[in-house]
Amino acid sequence: MGRPSATAIAGTALVFAIFWVTAGDSGMFALDGVMNWSVVAGYLGILAVGACLLMIGGEFDLSIGSMIGFTGMVAAIPPLHFGWPVWLSMVVALACALVLGFVNGQLVVRTGLPSFIVTLAFLFVLRGLTLAFSIIVADRTIVSGIGDLAEHDPVARFLFWGTFGDGWFTWLASHGWIRALDDGTPLVRGIPKVLIWWAVLAIACSFQLTRTRFGNWIFAVGGDANAAKNVGVPVKRVKVSLFMFTAACAWLFAMLQICDIGSAAADRGLQKEFEAVIAAVIGGSLLTGGYGSVIGACFGALIFGVVQIGITYTNINADWFRVFLGLMLLLAVLFNNQVRRRVTQAR
Amino acid sequence: MAPLATSEYVLELDNISKFFGTVTALSDVSVRLKRGEVHCLLGDNGAGKSTLIKILAGVHPPSRGTYRVDGEHVLFASPRDALDRGIATVYQDLALVPLMSVCRNFFMGREPTRKRWGIFRVFDRRLAVKIANESLAEMGITVRDDEQAVGTMSGGERQCLAIARAIHFGARVLILDEPTAALGVKQSANVLRIIARARDKGLSVIFITHNVHHAYPIGDTFTLLNRGRSMGTFKKAEISRNEVLNMMAGGQEMQELMSELDVRI
Repeated sequence: MGRPSATAIAGTALVFAIFWVTAGDSGMFALDGVMNWSVVAGYLGILAVGACLLMIGGEFDLSIGSMIGFTGMVAAIPPLHFGWPVWLSMVVALACALVLGFVNGQLVVRTGLPSFIVTLAFLFVLRGLTLAFSIIVADRTIVSGIGDLAEHDPVARFLFWGTFGDGWFTWLASHGWIRALDDGTPLVRGIPKVLIWWAVLAIACSFQLTRTRFGNWIFAVGGDANAAKNVGVPVKRVKVSLFMFTAACAWLFAMLQICDIGSAAADRGLQKEFEAVIAAVIGGSLLTGGYGSVIGACFGALIFGVVQIGITYTNINADWFRVFLGLMLLLAVLFNNQVRRRVTQAR
Repeated sequence: MAPLATSEYVLELDNISKFFGTVTALSDVSVRLKRGEVHCLLGDNGAGKSTLIKILAGVHPPSRGTYRVDGEHVLFASPRDALDRGIATVYQDLALVPLMSVCRNFFMGREPTRKRWGIFRVFDRRLAVKIANESLAEMGITVRDDEQAVGTMSGGERQCLAIARAIHFGARVLILDEPTAALGVKQSANVLRIIARARDKGLSVIFITHNVHHAYPIGDTFTLLNRGRSMGTFKKAEISRNEVLNMMAGGQEMQELMSELDVRI
């Protein structure tokens, strides 16, 4: 039980066991069912990876939900209204996200205010700006048609649009190994790009956190920023770059979402900031920083997806999803506190 | 670099004064640290010990007076400059992160790296564990497992870890800020033993404390500070433990208290 991700792995096993018993024959564990909940987990997982690194670094970012709506609109409006190429507006959206992450980070490290408050302010500012500018520029808060444009933009199509390994899935279907529709196309066309991104991000960030110098600095600035500063760790630079990375994760979420849904809306990403924190905490990250794991946060996101979608496969009312999640969070925090006490007290 | 044996002193502070606005924190203090000696700076709270450490460590420049290292006049712009000259300060907070493992703390900010698969520069954990464990073993501390968090160590062990880290990263002069202040008797004894061992290795130590009973057994020279002024520097042969105690601020108060209590009995 020494690892921070142990709770989340145990929790995931428990959740799977529960749904196996209650919904095992409902199609939840068929390939299309698996895709349903793993996509939800994947979207949240991308956010949770960023949020958990930032949390380990001792800070929060409550503005990532608003950042999703904001970057989605920045990427979608110019191609639809001014004829920009989609890839260009996506790059601009990424630049905006990085700048905002930088501003968030600078405000936190320069003022010394809690990041909770600073980013809470940005949660509102950014949401308001998104709504206001959408009205000014496009005269609406939902813009559709971006999915089709993305499909025909080589960069956006390659990175964010559709699924991966379609040929392979067609081949599997032609042999009857996976379910196909009547016309022979497979029911699941391929692996959604969001899952590929999630996996790549999780592996890269976990490696970064546990195996590199920078990873050691993340633990150090979150564990005790003053001590880290005294031994020469560039505390401000580490924290600001984590804010920027978290913002970039929100951007990635938004790009995948607008390509998938085909539209952008100013109110996208509502409450995602809390879901990401929940996933990170279930994954064993301490709210006070200095402890946690990327893999744990991914399992936290997986639990989220499995429960949220899985519950619709059972005959339990879906409203219970939130109750379950809240209790799970409470349990995780209690357990994490226990871990902290054990680790920080002299024997 | 100046030739090494130009001066028998490693550090020399001559007539140092430090003002913060209108407040005089130090006035005309001189301290000379010989090679391989333990020099105790004694004084009650507010005597100016912290200011003196910060001048030595390069945090503050002195307002007046000269600071020489190996006989050479220096002006430190930052603690980094002092570190580059081999002057390492172990502050009371030790600059350790309780949640992190021993080896991660040992190398925090100065992690050794190696190439992995020819492309990625990774933290060389195996090397870090080896060096950290060896350095601590020299001080009689066994690390239970490679992932043991510093939070599970005793105060004395943490103090030793911080000292071991400073020595490993090339300290010639160790400045120890109240290393025994928060420790029990046994742990204090262990830390004092580590200080003695560092001296035997040829390091010079400035040991800041307000506890005469910790300073006297280990010190070679004593400088007493009171309200920002030096009350003189004494070799161990020149002064007894009681004399030191009496000269320290509060010594008189303690004596008065004792005689008061004696009267009641």
